[in-house]
Amino acid sequence: MIASTSSVALDVQRIRADFPILQREVKGKRLVYLDNAASSQKPIQVLDAMDRYYRETHANVHRGVHTLSEEATTAYEGARAKVSNFIGACCPKEVIWTRNATEAINLVAYSWGRSHLKQGDRVLLTEMEHHANLVPWQILAAEKGVELDFVRVADNGALILDDLPKLLTPKTKLFGFSAASNVLGTLNPVKELTQAAHKVGALVLLDACQAVPHMPFDVQDLDIDFAAFSGHKMLGPTGSGVLWGRREILNAMPPFMGGGDMIREVKLRQSKWNELPWKFEAGTPAIAEAIGLGAAVDYLSSLGMENVYAAEHELVTYAMEQIQDIEGLKILGPRDRRTGLVSFILGNVHPHDIAAALDSLGIAIRAGHHCAQPLHERFGVPATARASFYIYNTRDEVDVLVSGLRKVAEYFSF
Amino acid sequence: MDLYAEEILDHYKHPRHFGHLDEPTLVYHDRNPLCGDEITLELKIEDGKVVDIAFTGHGCAISRAAASMMSEEIIGKSLDELKGYDKESILDLLGIEVGPVRIKCALLPLKAMKAAVWGLAEEGEE
Repeated sequence: MIASTSSVALDVQRIRADFPILQREVKGKRLVYLDNAASSQKPIQVLDAMDRYYRETHANVHRGVHTLSEEATTAYEGARAKVSNFIGACCPKEVIWTRNATEAINLVAYSWGRSHLKQGDRVLLTEMEHHANLVPWQILAAEKGVELDFVRVADNGALILDDLPKLLTPKTKLFGFSAASNVLGTLNPVKELTQAAHKVGALVLLDACQAVPHMPFDVQDLDIDFAAFSGHKMLGPTGSGVLWGRREILNAMPPFMGGGDMIREVKLRQSKWNELPWKFEAGTPAIAEAIGLGAAVDYLSSLGMENVYAAEHELVTYAMEQIQDIEGLKILGPRDRRTGLVSFILGNVHPHDIAAALDSLGIAIRAGHHCAQPLHERFGVPATARASFYIYNTRDEVDVLVSGLRKVAEYFSF
Repeated sequence: MDLYAEEILDHYKHPRHFGHLDEPTLVYHDRNPLCGDEITLELKIEDGKVVDIAFTGHGCAISRAAASMMSEEIIGKSLDELKGYDKESILDLLGIEVGPVRIKCALLPLKAMKAAVWGLAEEGEE
């Protein structure tokens, strides 16, 4: 590889050597993996951490007094501390393990929502939310008579902030929004939105799925109340996710699910709950996955999240420059203030055809509505194609994408 | 680039029976919200047989080619014969392997045709 493949901020070739899957071929071509917003690939450090756990120290956590259980518990809780540091939490007890961000948001909707909201209360969301931050609130709204409001999205992909004073009412108890759009790439002004919400006494739940893997992230600096994100989008395994919440709020919430590990004392007819964070972690958890996410956090920390952001920004800027000249190609979302992904449409070619055609060249992108149907409706398109970058992607790969897209445009033209 | 068989690409670029009928006997609209594919199928039936057919809508190459090929195929067939069409009939027409994700695209025209023939209510109707 030549110098042009190296980003300024990261030693990409060295990083690539840590990801075994990047060596494989697809349809006889070298894999170009550009579907990172859906799920990232895993470095050998994460795979080894999980493998080592199962080979050497597996036992159930928090229960046994034998050596294996103690080692497993130490590794499991150690991973929690790593994540806590990574997101600037006050302490590990504010970090609740979930299966994914979806479960984290559901936990808030089911536990906090059902115990704190009553008929006539309002929850404010945005038009750009992922289904994971829409559907749990729709279920809650139907059950409790809670009203949902939505911040609209402007044509340039930004939230229309002028509407906020109208939408944030004294009845608004929670403002749930994404730190960054998984379709438009928009980076939302989290601090500004949070301050506005807090002025009317609403809590803030941040869908941080497209932020935590890609940039410096500090829950205390942002002054938010809840954050949800998935481990598998940040080099960790599937089945690992996090709900972070302020401990005083989490303490005032009832458990989400009942069972082992989440209790202090059980009688036949009633029980006392365990303390944070275990109150929200019923049953044997995903131990290997938590340990894997801990290793992923170590990996990202060693790169430096400022560097990760800079490298991705450089790559997506280059990609946007290159693809915008393709005839019929239209980029969605803002020109700047964006994350390392770009969604687009290409004339009348259905995104499924774009993705299938690129796949025949070994290029993996996402096509569809990216679990954000209302947002696609807002922009009047049934589906989009999305290329999303991460730490191991190179300028060469962008060039492969661009030449692939030119072929697609030609192939389907009529 | 060699992605789809030449015949599929031809049906995609030049779909047969694309448009509307003057007086259709059966009209059925169906969609696959997950991919955004949409089809409106119009059939003219005389003496229990399909005498004309037209479709409109938008979708990927596979769904559009499937609609076009199916339209050519079923003209002249009886309603009873149409009821006998299934997944395999469409895949035979297409003559390609369709993976688990895109099978819904390929089968949307069939779904619309079967619903029209069986007289099913459209989504949202009583």
